[in-house]
Amino acid sequence: MKLSKIREILQAEVLVGEGLLDSIEVDAGYASDLMSDVLAFASPGVLLLTGLTNIQIFRTAQMLDLQTIIFVRGKMPGEDLLQLAREVEMPILVSAMSMFEAAGRLYTGGLSPRAISRN
Amino acid sequence: MSSPYVESYAVDGTELVSIGEASTKIKSVLKMLGIPSDLIRRAAVVAYEAEMNLVIHGGGGEMELEVWPECIKISAVDTGPGIPDIGKAMTEGFSTAPEKIREMGFGAGMGLPNIKRNSDGFELLSEVGKGTTLRSEILLQKT
Repeated sequence: MKLSKIREILQAEVLVGEGLLDSIEVDAGYASDLMSDVLAFASPGVLLLTGLTNIQIFRTAQMLDLQTIIFVRGKMPGEDLLQLAREVEMPILVSAMSMFEAAGRLYTGGLSPRAISRN
Repeated sequence: MSSPYVESYAVDGTELVSIGEASTKIKSVLKMLGIPSDLIRRAAVVAYEAEMNLVIHGGGGEMELEVWPECIKISAVDTGPGIPDIGKAMTEGFSTAPEKIREMGFGAGMGLPNIKRNSDGFELLSEVGKGTTLRSEILLQKT
């Protein structure tokens, strides 16, 4: 699914990467406020839904090669995070929806979960 | 035997916002060296979790990256308080991270098990009052 479609589903505002939305395809998502779990369980290439906005959220996404971060509950990241995201052209979106609603709408819209591996 | 590509990184133990700077550098070096992306990702997770531990528990320290033809080696060394019970520290869910780290979404007791899971070789040495050394190895060519 194109990020532009995801933006539409989540009625999201684009903070970084407006011009990239039609060129990035995402097929799976991971939703969590616990970065410890994101680091352990999120697969590369997924989009991350989270309500935490500190700069380590970006670093976590960057280490894992996640495609994009969507902040839920209308949480706005600081300029320091946005600056790092601009440098590596990682799209950053913000949606007023709850994490539950955002994940539910994306799931219904066609995004999949990825199996969690504990090996 | 050829010599490895080596880089060292000092990790400041006082700045939470700078956690990840060393790991970001490690990731870009590996990319520059043309390492396959799935291995880079594993190395980046190892480096980032180890860097976080250096700051949270070790009071800062030093990280080193060695790239050999057959493997990537990442080490994190601190002179912090040490780990009294390594078995416990390796248990998923066990954490002694302070509240401010948990508020940032970390410190859930996943770090060391996650480092081990992403490593082909793993070693954790610690002495209370002296410090901790973590070594991880990721094979480039599986034999």
